[in-house]
Amino acid sequence: MFQHIPFHPEQASSIARSVDELHFVITGITLFFTVLIFSIILYFMLKYRRRSREDRPGNISGSVPLEIIWTVIPSLICIGLYIWASSQYFANANPPNGALEIFVTGKQWMWKVQHPEGQREINELHVPLGQPVKLTITSEDVIHDFFIPAFRVKKDAVPGRYTSLWFTATETGKFHLFCAQYCGAFHAGMEGWVIVLPRDEYEKWLNNGTAGETMEAEGQKLFEERGCAACHAGGSARGPSLQGVFGAPVRLANGGTATANEAYLREAILMPSSHPVAGYAAIMPAYQGQLTEDQLLDLIAYVRSLGNEGKAQP
Amino acid sequence: MSVVTTIVPEPHAPPAKNYLNVSYGWRSWLFTKDHKRIALLYLVSITFFFFVGGFFAVLMRIHLIDPQGALVEPETYNKLFTMHGIIMIFFFLIPSIPSVLGNFLVPMMIGARDLAFPRLNLLSWYIYIIGGTFTMYSVIHGGVDTGWTFYTPYSSTYANSQVVPAALGIFITGFSSILTGLNFIVSIHKMRAPGMTWFRMPLFLWSMYATSIIFILGTPVLAITLFLLFLERVFGVGIFTPALGGDPLLFQHLFWFYSHPAVYIMILPAMGVISEIIPCFARKRIFGYEAIAFSSLGIAVLSFLVWGHHMFVTGQSIYTGLVFSALSFLVAIPSAIKVFNWTATLYKGSISYDAPMLYALGFIGLFTMGGLTGLFLASLSTDVQLNGTYFIVAHFHYIMVGGAVMGYLGGMHYWWPKISGRLYPEPWARLAAAIIFFGFNLTFFPQFMLGYLGMPRRYAFYPAEFQFLNVMSSAGASILGVGYVIPLIYFAWSMRYGPVAGPNPWGATGLEWRTTSPPPQENFEETPVVTDEPYDYAKQEAGVV
Repeated sequence: MFQHIPFHPEQASSIARSVDELHFVITGITLFFTVLIFSIILYFMLKYRRRSREDRPGNISGSVPLEIIWTVIPSLICIGLYIWASSQYFANANPPNGALEIFVTGKQWMWKVQHPEGQREINELHVPLGQPVKLTITSEDVIHDFFIPAFRVKKDAVPGRYTSLWFTATETGKFHLFCAQYCGAFHAGMEGWVIVLPRDEYEKWLNNGTAGETMEAEGQKLFEERGCAACHAGGSARGPSLQGVFGAPVRLANGGTATANEAYLREAILMPSSHPVAGYAAIMPAYQGQLTEDQLLDLIAYVRSLGNEGKAQP
Repeated sequence: MSVVTTIVPEPHAPPAKNYLNVSYGWRSWLFTKDHKRIALLYLVSITFFFFVGGFFAVLMRIHLIDPQGALVEPETYNKLFTMHGIIMIFFFLIPSIPSVLGNFLVPMMIGARDLAFPRLNLLSWYIYIIGGTFTMYSVIHGGVDTGWTFYTPYSSTYANSQVVPAALGIFITGFSSILTGLNFIVSIHKMRAPGMTWFRMPLFLWSMYATSIIFILGTPVLAITLFLLFLERVFGVGIFTPALGGDPLLFQHLFWFYSHPAVYIMILPAMGVISEIIPCFARKRIFGYEAIAFSSLGIAVLSFLVWGHHMFVTGQSIYTGLVFSALSFLVAIPSAIKVFNWTATLYKGSISYDAPMLYALGFIGLFTMGGLTGLFLASLSTDVQLNGTYFIVAHFHYIMVGGAVMGYLGGMHYWWPKISGRLYPEPWARLAAAIIFFGFNLTFFPQFMLGYLGMPRRYAFYPAEFQFLNVMSSAGASILGVGYVIPLIYFAWSMRYGPVAGPNPWGATGLEWRTTSPPPQENFEETPVVTDEPYDYAKQEAGVV
């Protein structure tokens, strides 16, 4: 138990080093002020200790310049930290273009991971070294939280929503994956490993025998089985064609527009009546409770594969 | 505050008639309208809850010695940390200083015979007990496993434990806070003794006033939130569960709108206590009275604007994150101002180190660390790593145990002679204060490191590499536990065997020290008149009293 005592988490992503720099600066500020306050108190405790009943303490009631100094200095430090931390956070808020997309679903008490190429894994996440990876995260039941300490990333898995995070792994190896939002009896067991592989090994892993159909193909199968094709395959007056819809603006019956992103499509499948599309009667049945989160992600992957050339149309 | 009084000779026995012996029998306690007796009813009740909550903490720390979990099943562990949190926060920390020391001292400090609404005051204790009964019912009938935060949809749809009675207990107890806050605000506005202007009030009253504002404005929101949770859990009304058309994050917004200010309900009263103790044992007036008074109000207002920093990783908009991060940094400033003013009060003082002062100095140190570690969490990019880990656990225990509990214990020692008429044994009290300080740091400092390394909170078992720091923490907890039992023993002992205290054993200023110990039922023989500033220790030292 005393052999491997880490005092510093591994730095295995492109942002880990810069987040740690800020962490260490704040640690320095904390240490400085803690030591300052402790030593002033200790110094005063010794120097001004009560020696006799004849002691006459100084008659001081305050000092406006001092109040100003110790209001302004902490304020400046806070402003500096705020700007530094926020710009880091802001710069890393959105993934770079061309990030590898992987889909994660939390479920009491496991993490299910789907790769668009068809690989599915549980409590493991294989990613390639040096390539930005974007995770789209949701939950089948309660709120979970996807946390990779070595990458300094964390995001809640919220039922009914898609959240996302991204990272670029900079070290190969195995890294802890935790659920960081309490989710019930075996919360502590909802953990696993992120496995970072060099590019070629990752390709090999993607193409090994156990891979199923791609998410797109699974989605297409569902699209036909669940009757979506009857109205949405194009050439039907009952529902809009989904050709090129992904990422494009959609005109809604209430006059507004929405962008057909993952969150919109999810809503549109589960509760179509919540925002009917302009020009079509609201006759689509709700799929709430009929599809698992994995199936929804497959369907969205299929819709996405239909291209987004539609963007050009006014 | 110099008040014309006669010189009281050295006491050898408590005053013949006082609030403790004015009447006997259980009726005289359970139907009392005397704020001092109600304070003692609260003292007994919150001490009970403190040791129940502490017992759960001890079981947790024993369990976590082994990475596989040494003691109980994961489901039971989840109930332990939930019940520890609910009991310590809602049934110990929130009522601690306001309902015990505040109840006892607010009327005495303003020179009044009682609070404005004595019957409401008694009612608030009964409400607290009824709420506590519901929560204890849920403990005995299997416990709750949602975490004290009751996050939805887990609490509303998925948990199979006693959520409803526990939440109902908290809902009910909230009304006791509201009544206490109402009583304090009205009393402070309307019942101050002649000459007691706002800026002649002791800072303890300012902090009670600020706390009361939060009680009144914040607690109803908690009540509404728990009521909505109840509607969804019992009647299936879709408010928080997405499958029913609800929004799970709405719960977090509502919950933290109360529960972040609640942190300041716990710490502001302790700050008030510290502001009384430090001038007394440094024998000089407090440094920057106005700065400390207004920073209390500033904290009370800002505390309502920072709830979003609990939700940085929920996927809320980055712009929301930016705003809440800025506001959270802002609330750090008034707290820093207080720390600097307390420290400056020591300058050129004549400092003695009785137990209340040891707690007060311990408070400044631990609160400083608790406050500064908040900077890691207000900063967006570092919070991502630390949110939901043991770092959070360590941070808020530095504030709530290192801050609020140290303040409460300091206050209990400081005013114990007034409450009981007896002195506690000083050497034991100093020893206990040192043990608590050491045990506390050994318990919670390793948790900062655990959190940074990535160990999530609320884990019933954990990867083996975290064992060393967990064992350290458990070792500290056993020391801390011993430290808390010692005062319980010597306070009980001193009630019968302690030396008689006399009206003012510390030579303190303040109206509560101008009457006998224990005070008579009506507090003062005649209404005191205030002619001077608080903390005029210079005059006190010169013997012009």
